Amino acid sequence: MAKSVVQEFTKGLWAEIPPFRLVLGLCPILAVTKSVENGFGMGMATTFVLVCSNVLISLLRNVIPKKVRIACFIVVIATFVTVVELLMQAFLYPLFLKLGIFIPLIVVNCIVLGRAEAFAAKNGTVASLADGLGMGIGYTLALSLLAAFREILGNGTFTLPLVSTVIPVFPSSYQPFTFMIEAPGAFVGLGLMLCMMNMLGKK
Amino acid sequence: MERGSEMNEMVKLFVIVALFSGVAGGVLATVRSSTQARIEYQQLKFVKGPTIKTLMQGCSNDPLVDRFKISDGKIERSFFVGKFDGKASTVALETYGKGFAGDIGVIVAINVETDNILGIGVTTHSETPGLGSRAKSETFLSDQFKGLSIKDPLQLKNDGGAIDAISGASITSQGVCGAVVNSSEVYLRLKSNILEKLKTI
Repeated sequence: MAKSVVQEFTKGLWAEIPPFRLVLGLCPILAVTKSVENGFGMGMATTFVLVCSNVLISLLRNVIPKKVRIACFIVVIATFVTVVELLMQAFLYPLFLKLGIFIPLIVVNCIVLGRAEAFAAKNGTVASLADGLGMGIGYTLALSLLAAFREILGNGTFTLPLVSTVIPVFPSSYQPFTFMIEAPGAFVGLGLMLCMMNMLGKK
Repeated sequence: MERGSEMNEMVKLFVIVALFSGVAGGVLATVRSSTQARIEYQQLKFVKGPTIKTLMQGCSNDPLVDRFKISDGKIERSFFVGKFDGKASTVALETYGKGFAGDIGVIVAINVETDNILGIGVTTHSETPGLGSRAKSETFLSDQFKGLSIKDPLQLKNDGGAIDAISGASITSQGVCGAVVNSSEVYLRLKSNILEKLKTI
């Protein structure tokens, strides 16, 4: 039980990387990974919510009564999600236009409530911060990885996050494998990733 | 006694949840009010901005910054001002017309000295891709309004005007005309207020 803070942080990056190991938070990973920019942006938004809610919930863990804890967690999470939505509209409006409805849907992302209930409600603030940060970065990595896979095959490009510079990966003669950026391509891509993770993790 | 402590427990839970919600509401209200002006500007910049910029090409100011609102009955209308040769001579406003699949947003730029249309541009629509959507993606329809006076009949040829419809998209074309007519009516109705406001810019 007495894991170090470093361990709490790094477990989210590999051993318990959210979508591939815990298989949580799959709706956004299927929906917004059409381009690296979208995937990365969604990951950052989720990370922000995860870190803030983890810290606040672990600070308040002795104040929140057991019987109404889920209601309190959801209020905290929903508040941070709305803050992210407003900030994104104010500072990253083009990204907000692309992610649209998926930003408010972070509220019901299992990974956020999952970490609040399973970790932050039982552990100290520093550990919860490390846990949230690790999980968030792991989630961002996973989203970016799947998005890169889909975008490179499906569009032949790689969009740098935040600056929106489109880098062509294949020459213009490349016939894009459009299936990959359609919705079914997300399932296939995610399936291949899960399969790969399982192979790598196998002793 | 048993019952009393249960009641106390209930009250305690109620108070805590209410407290959480109250604080959350306060935080959100603060964030919202502090980002509102910026969000409004961002929406203008990315949704209406590109159209306004093309219409007001060559103006010496930023029409998105130099804007004012006039209340028109129950509605507040936004006007964007373009300065040409140092004079605030052009206003642009957005109105809506009924298209084939919902409202079409059209921005009309009008020169206040001559009452001529400087240009129009479609902002938002949900018309059929490849047919009605050409009202936005191609300039065939919008170019025909350039230089017309707002007192001209701004209608399709079939309806007694001088505008050629996009073939295959007559309802959309009608909607765009409707929006332009709307704009000209609003403009004429509010013209004295507009001129008043322009003096302050």
